[in-house]
Amino acid sequence: MSRLGKYLKPFLPLLLLAILLLFIQANSDLSLPDYMSNIVNYGIQQGGIENAVPHAVRQSEMSKLILFMSQQDQMTVIADYTLIDKNSDGYASYLKLYPDLANEPIFVLKNIDQSEINKLNPLMGKAILAVSAITQIQANPSSVPPSQTFGFDLSKLPPGTNLFALISNMPAAQRSQMIAAIDQKFNAMGTSTLVQAAAAPIKAEYIALGIDTSKLQSDYILHTGLIMLLLTLLSGICTISVGYLSAKIAAGLSRNLRKNVFKKVESFSSTEFDKFSTASLITRSTNDITQIQMLMIIMVRMVFYAPIMGIGGIIRAVGKSSSMWWIIAVAVLVLIGMISIIYSISLPRFKIIQKLVDRLNLVTRENLSGMMVIRAFNMQNFEEKRFAQANKDLTDTNLFVNRVMVGMMPGMMLIMNGVSLLIIWVGASQVAQSAIQVGDMMAFMQYAIQIVFSFMMMSFMFILLPRASVSADRIADVLDTPLTIKDPEKPKRIKNRDNGTVEFRNVCFRYPGAEEDVLHDINFTAKPGQTTALIGATGSGKSTLVNLIPRFYDVTDGSILVNCTDIRTVSQHDLRERIGYVPQKSSLFSGTIESNLRYADENASKESLVEAADIAQATEFISSKPEGLATDISEGGSNVSGGQKQRLSIARALVKKAPIYIFDDSFSALDFKTDAALRRALKQKLADSTLFIVTQRVSTIKNADQILVLDEGRITGKGTHNELMKSCETYREIALSQLSQEELA
Amino acid sequence: MSMPNRGPMAGRGPMGRGGHGGPMVMSTEKPRDFNGTMLKLFKYLGAYKVSIIFVLILTVASTIASILGPKMLGNATTTLFEGVMKQIAGTGSIDFGTIGRILLSVTFLYLISAIFSYIQGWIMAGVSMKITYRFREDIFSKINRMPLRYFDGTNHGEVLSRITNDVDTVSQTLNQSLTQIITSVIMVVGVLVMMFTINWTMTLVALTIVPLSMLIISFIIRKSQKYFKQQQDYLGHVNGYVEEMYSGHIVMKAFNGEARSVEQFDKSNDMLYEVAWKSQFLSSLMMPIMNILSNLGYVAICILGGYLAIRNAITLGDIQAFIQYVRSFTQPLTQIANISNILQQTAAAAERVFEFLDEPEEVPDTINPITVPVIKGAVEFRHVHFGYSPDKIIINDFSAIIQPGQKVAIVGPTGAGKTTMVKLLMRFYDVTSGAILIDNHDIREFTRFDLRRKFGMVLQDTWLYNGTIMENIRYGRIDATDAEVIAAAKAAQCDHFIRTLPDSYNMVLNEEATNVSQGQMQLLTIARAILADPKILILDEATSSVDTRTEVLIQKAMEALMKDRTGFIIAHRLSTIRDADLILVMRDGDIVEQGKHEELLERSGFYAELYNSQFEHPELSPEVSLPAMAAAD
Repeated sequence: MSRLGKYLKPFLPLLLLAILLLFIQANSDLSLPDYMSNIVNYGIQQGGIENAVPHAVRQSEMSKLILFMSQQDQMTVIADYTLIDKNSDGYASYLKLYPDLANEPIFVLKNIDQSEINKLNPLMGKAILAVSAITQIQANPSSVPPSQTFGFDLSKLPPGTNLFALISNMPAAQRSQMIAAIDQKFNAMGTSTLVQAAAAPIKAEYIALGIDTSKLQSDYILHTGLIMLLLTLLSGICTISVGYLSAKIAAGLSRNLRKNVFKKVESFSSTEFDKFSTASLITRSTNDITQIQMLMIIMVRMVFYAPIMGIGGIIRAVGKSSSMWWIIAVAVLVLIGMISIIYSISLPRFKIIQKLVDRLNLVTRENLSGMMVIRAFNMQNFEEKRFAQANKDLTDTNLFVNRVMVGMMPGMMLIMNGVSLLIIWVGASQVAQSAIQVGDMMAFMQYAIQIVFSFMMMSFMFILLPRASVSADRIADVLDTPLTIKDPEKPKRIKNRDNGTVEFRNVCFRYPGAEEDVLHDINFTAKPGQTTALIGATGSGKSTLVNLIPRFYDVTDGSILVNCTDIRTVSQHDLRERIGYVPQKSSLFSGTIESNLRYADENASKESLVEAADIAQATEFISSKPEGLATDISEGGSNVSGGQKQRLSIARALVKKAPIYIFDDSFSALDFKTDAALRRALKQKLADSTLFIVTQRVSTIKNADQILVLDEGRITGKGTHNELMKSCETYREIALSQLSQEELA
Repeated sequence: MSMPNRGPMAGRGPMGRGGHGGPMVMSTEKPRDFNGTMLKLFKYLGAYKVSIIFVLILTVASTIASILGPKMLGNATTTLFEGVMKQIAGTGSIDFGTIGRILLSVTFLYLISAIFSYIQGWIMAGVSMKITYRFREDIFSKINRMPLRYFDGTNHGEVLSRITNDVDTVSQTLNQSLTQIITSVIMVVGVLVMMFTINWTMTLVALTIVPLSMLIISFIIRKSQKYFKQQQDYLGHVNGYVEEMYSGHIVMKAFNGEARSVEQFDKSNDMLYEVAWKSQFLSSLMMPIMNILSNLGYVAICILGGYLAIRNAITLGDIQAFIQYVRSFTQPLTQIANISNILQQTAAAAERVFEFLDEPEEVPDTINPITVPVIKGAVEFRHVHFGYSPDKIIINDFSAIIQPGQKVAIVGPTGAGKTTMVKLLMRFYDVTSGAILIDNHDIREFTRFDLRRKFGMVLQDTWLYNGTIMENIRYGRIDATDAEVIAAAKAAQCDHFIRTLPDSYNMVLNEEATNVSQGQMQLLTIARAILADPKILILDEATSSVDTRTEVLIQKAMEALMKDRTGFIIAHRLSTIRDADLILVMRDGDIVEQGKHEELLERSGFYAELYNSQFEHPELSPEVSLPAMAAAD
């Protein structure tokens, strides 16, 4: 996988941007439960009051509150409030906010930051609760249980006593003792509970101030809701941007890979093609790259997102309740356990399934291709049994894997639901102990689900990555393959004398990785105006020999000279410009007949196209087509017959007007008449060129100027037909197998 | 070299479609007859009625159990919350008993839901696999009952794709989508009911997002399908170009076409990039937009719920339950929006399968077949007319009588239709009018099985299958002993080379049979025919693709095979032709001349022209040469 790293480089900025956006997205997604918990905790439970620090307090109330504070705390609190009375600036606007201002001055909270509020929370909270308790005691002494009386023996007080006046008149020592007792009591509660409890008295104070408290509450909920909405939008925008970026990255990466692979493969020589096989190269340039594109998309959108989400979720969940993290740990462990069990059972079987599918396809394909034979031998039942076996094997394995895999979803749901249940159960006792609030528990639940989900996404990575990395390796193999045939750094020009002379000097050739040479010590010279024919059994090395001339392969030893120039010292382009080549397997490209002929020379004149077609005996069938040269050729030339394809392939080479022509077994699909006519035309029109003809038919080459007989990679005979019939055993054997004695006479 | 991109997909398993990772947008092809196809599919499913009904019940039960969960959990939260409020006010405490009871019953519900859901999946996997098995079996045995004619006009890849891809698509739908659809519908209905029982105002607010989501979903599906299709098209272009250039690599090299082909590739590749990223981007829009909508609903519920909670019109637990319901509302909606796509796709795949299964079959064998245990091998063509299509008769009124043991050479240029005779003799095709008789019996009076047993066939297209050499030769007569197989191999001159192979007779021929040479394969097919020991032989003579020495062996083997049998030889060798008792000269599908070598030469017709054309030599050499009248047919 890492081998393709450098192709990802151009997309690094986009990728980083995507990751940044994913962070933002994860953060906004994760903060939603937080705000929901605020709505529950503050909006619903506390009437929209978030802190124990009221925005405004009547002066009379404030004087009560400071009774329960130390000297120093009093200073801190008063410093954060401004006293507003009739003479203050902006009295009118304050009056609107707090109608009670008309009756008495009020303290209004200055614009202070959250840290200051956090500092005030315990101070004010304690004071507010104390005042509220004492007010309650004063109003209805009997309703208060003795434990909550702050040490006052109520029965000793005369009814109607102003307790606050009493406290304010206390000696300083006694009062600080009382404050210390209250502090001790409230400190045990924790700030959060303090704030929760203070919410009700603050609401009462607000009512006293004439504030619309229900509006306050719905404003809070609405305000929080709006923040959530904005976060949702933000997250949505991030997701869409990530979608955009991932599409660009994935499509761009695959475009670049495809381009590089294609370019590389086009520069391959036959050696590299043999190494990979054409089918495999096609798969590598198409399917494997599509695989990478799909992986990239999923990578950016899910694989990167999952850990961000998971870790973020854990941080926030632990922040909500540090004592319940073990539930998440258990859930993740159970999930990982379940997934690894299911995968370890099913993944190896996926490979088996692939093999069984191949087997099923094989049997079917064999049946289709051998239909006549199967019916001729009445083997239909035998074949049906063979197929049934393949079908059964596949079905059984598929069924097993399916039955394992269907456990995944219910299992996953059970884990998620189990987590919710466990959190409610454990959370409830935490709430009872005032360790957390209900909203926190609900948020925790959502975090837990998000965390479990992100682990699930990460587990998919383990299926995806191995598959994609196989593709990536296959692509990298192509890209990293060194070229065996390269142009020299300073290519010479091919000399122009003896134009068309080809000389083999002690040439040996061995296919890469093979144990033995296929050509041994080949020496001969082909001269302009001559036909050099090569004949021999299959595997004798005839095709290999002519394929060395255009440098589809390089010689292992010795050298090949064209116009007295070693072909390895010139550029491949220069060399091939001088060769007209007709391959064994004639392949045409999609387009028209004309575009195929022009493949040899884009600027060829119409006349030369017609002439080439003429020599190749293709004119007759071309003109029989209504559209003539403009007739469409489909991919691979599948819409013309084998013989027509071969003739077009010959015509294409002729358009080039090259000094050297190679016909690699190129007349095999032609009937005799055409073959003869074609050879006659070649002889006349290409009188000055060097011709190489590879064939298995003795008849085709009987009149060649020079026949090379190849047997197991060696030249065992060199000469004309008549000479060879006398001198060369191999040649005579071949000729006799094809022609009867009298025909050879 | 077929493109591997329509490869088999059986490996996808249940992780294929749907579920998490956002809805897949795929291009949909439309079936021609949706209702008819679905009806057929249901009939096919009929055998598994009981299982399927059971699956449906389980699905419904499992879904309902899972729908009840959030509402009950909400009650637990409410109890908890009320307890907390009491605790703060100092008037009471949390009722752990009630919470515990609720949690226990919810645990029970969730367990039931999971177990039912698993059993359902387990049964459904079984049903869909059985159906897949049956589909494949039916298609395969159908292949054997169809006339050869069908396959002349049909690409093998197409038939293959029916057995793998189409059957897979259908089974995928059965395996997942069927239950998914049911789950989605029940989910939507059930959740709606639950939401209404909680609070109808909130439900109405939540529902406002439904038409909006539907609108957006269908818009995106439509848009992205367009680009998706374009992407597939361009991908097809690019892949096609790759395939073409790689296949013609040598030619490209020889003609210095590198720069040109890279340039053209870049053009297509860049266009592919443009549509590819758009298609990917558009299909990626679905998830975030649905997410925004779902969150919109979530926020609305939070706001409205909070507002209602202040007025004590709703409990906190209900809000919690409601939030969960709203969240679980969007996914089934997306799935429902996709139902029609999935069904269309399934119907299209099923239609192709059924279409194939409904193709006309071979003309049935005669009801009262004759049995002639031993035939002499006389063959007569009596006023035979034949055409591959009825309106284009290629063989016009052909008559000939061949005595037992005689040799008939069939000659003619490439594409003259020489194999037609073979196909008629073995009843791969029936004559349009007239008759072919064996020992004076019309071949249509035999069963095909019986008729074909009397023939042996050695084609140039050497078909062997992926089995051992022993099995391949035994294909000629399935009950032959090992000794008989080896004897046949010896007669066919292939015993020697078989013994040089690793594992000798037990060597498995690989898929393309590349581990033996073309010529050796031909020898094996001859051995196969020798083992079958037929009275009448059909031979296709080897052409140039075989090396010389093997060619000599093949010739010897064929001679051994031909002895004492009536033979039809698609001939390329002059000696064979001249020794033949009858030469049939074919041109453009018809038999234009028949007779012996000398007679035909005297007639100076097409045969004479063919034969004499060998004198048209560049140097006008007087020597008689040339064996091959034609090459590979």
